[in-house]
Amino acid sequence: MSDQAYTARPWILLSPALGAVTFLLAVPVLFIIIYSFWLRSAAGAEIPGFFLDNWKEVFSDAFYRDILFSTLRIAVITTVFCALLGYVPAYFVAMSQTQFKALLLLLLILPFWISYIIRTMSWINILGASGALNRTLIYFGLIAEPVQFLYNEGAVILGLVHFLLPFMVLNVFVSIDGIDRNLLDASRSLGASGFQSFREVTLPLSLPGLAAGGLLCFVLSAGTYITPLILGGPRDAMFANLVFEAIITQLNWPLGSALSIVLLVVLGAIVTVYNRLAGLGQIAKSFG
Amino acid sequence: MTEIAGKAVELGGIVKRFGAVTAVHRMDLSIEEGSFVTLLGPSGCGKTTTLRMIAGLLDPSEGDITIKGKSVTRTPIHKRNLGIVFQNYALFPHKTIYDNVAFGLKYRKQSQSEIDAKVRQALDLVQLPDLSHRYPRELSGGQQQRIALARAIVIEPDVLLLDEPLSALDANLREDMRVELKRIQAQVGITTIFVTHDQSEALAMSDRIVVMSKGHIEQIGAPEDVYVNPASAFVARFLGNSNLVAGDIVSRSASDVNVTIGGLGGLKVPLGRSRDMADGERAMVVVRAERLYLDQSEAETPADAVSLPAEITAVDYQGQAARYFVSVCGHQMQAINPIETHPYRQGDKVRAVIRGRDCALVPFEASA
Repeated sequence: MSDQAYTARPWILLSPALGAVTFLLAVPVLFIIIYSFWLRSAAGAEIPGFFLDNWKEVFSDAFYRDILFSTLRIAVITTVFCALLGYVPAYFVAMSQTQFKALLLLLLILPFWISYIIRTMSWINILGASGALNRTLIYFGLIAEPVQFLYNEGAVILGLVHFLLPFMVLNVFVSIDGIDRNLLDASRSLGASGFQSFREVTLPLSLPGLAAGGLLCFVLSAGTYITPLILGGPRDAMFANLVFEAIITQLNWPLGSALSIVLLVVLGAIVTVYNRLAGLGQIAKSFG
Repeated sequence: MTEIAGKAVELGGIVKRFGAVTAVHRMDLSIEEGSFVTLLGPSGCGKTTTLRMIAGLLDPSEGDITIKGKSVTRTPIHKRNLGIVFQNYALFPHKTIYDNVAFGLKYRKQSQSEIDAKVRQALDLVQLPDLSHRYPRELSGGQQQRIALARAIVIEPDVLLLDEPLSALDANLREDMRVELKRIQAQVGITTIFVTHDQSEALAMSDRIVVMSKGHIEQIGAPEDVYVNPASAFVARFLGNSNLVAGDIVSRSASDVNVTIGGLGGLKVPLGRSRDMADGERAMVVVRAERLYLDQSEAETPADAVSLPAEITAVDYQGQAARYFVSVCGHQMQAINPIETHPYRQGDKVRAVIRGRDCALVPFEASA
């Protein structure tokens, strides 16, 4: 094989992946960036060119900033709940001696077979004015009138946790499952109790999974628009709802593009900083 | 260890069942303070199960475990004060070498200065004083092994348990670590239980060897005792290369047992190696491969030996010695002989000389 062919080989092998990334990711993003500098005339036509009007609006209007902050707040709260609620089942499935581990994991993934929208809407049947919870409470005489559980921030967070929990559980499961059981035996033999061994060995060694699951939950909840649309009230819009609103309702593609770039950049920056802080690479290194 | 103190570990009628499978059958064993005892056997013989029961990693189905005179059968592992070295070392990957070694001391309510001093002492003992700020992944296998040992002994455990600690190392390193491990054990004087399937490790390191098979103890004894005077055909076969041939006990004198081997003639086996078998009983005669002398000269056969015509069927050249597969009067045997000038070749006709005092008798076993 000639030298030239040899140097070309990695590129040939990479070309399918590079092609996919270029045409499915880089080019569309580039389109969106270009779009964000266009303008939408009052008549509804798009004017190509280089206008900063959309960007001026996005950065000057406090409305966008407030929604961005509340989106990030909801994403953080959702992530924390997912971590707290997801760690426990992940731990027990990973640590269980049962031969049905695979089945337990399958049960965990089962909800993915039902559309996310349907799963989110199911909360209406549970928490709605004539939903299961209200009916039960009225039946037992605990309340006289139905309570409004839905259409607030709490319901949005509940829906997001419901949607994202499996992502957390799977990530944490993988990292706990990968911990050498001898490490726990070693820790116990050196005098640490079961809980102390968890704190000293299992928890730190499962942090990469927790960090990865956390990142996934955060990014997915920060970018959601279905959940607030179905379970949130008019004041619970999240940032992606603004993009949806601009593009689908107002047909203002340039503004929608600018907004979505803002979300992309903010999330990208957070992920980068988070990666540094959580030291994902550093933790991975300790496993040689 | 020559000093004989109390019993460090005693197993009384230990049984371990996994469902319908019994891994350890009613095992009794007592281990003296300060001694180095090896549990030796093939995989599945119950040696690791026994070690894990002593460690507290498994609960015995029946029986009692006593450490330093106190029953620990119901004591959880973290209160047993044992040092364990695992096969894969099990160093904490997210902790520095210092923190790994100091781990057990932290749970023993010691002051920081005491911990510092003991960690330094332990790292000196395993001759790795300068690695305390490294991480386990930055160390070689042999170094990790030493750190695992330092971590186990720094807590001054009542018993040190070693679960095949050398098997992950390559051959040369394994032999060095064998010497090193024995040196450290002797220096600290700690009671040690060592699990291995490697007979040469067991013979080189142990004060006593417990040979196990199928969940039973086959024999307990000093290395030389177990090697020279095996209690059963299993032990004879498991340790070293042995030829086992069936024979009949004919008579006995004050010092010897006379045994005839079908087709090979009669031998006088020392009484001490005859396992109290009665006259007329069938027995297996154990002839060590290195005690089956092959000879082509016409030298006179010693009085207590038999000399038989034999033919070399295969040669396994080993440098300073060779292992020969020989057919001796229809019996397939192995002989390991030093090489004087040239090794014998396949097809060579030789004489196989067996001396009665080199043999041992073990109970008859049909499958041999």
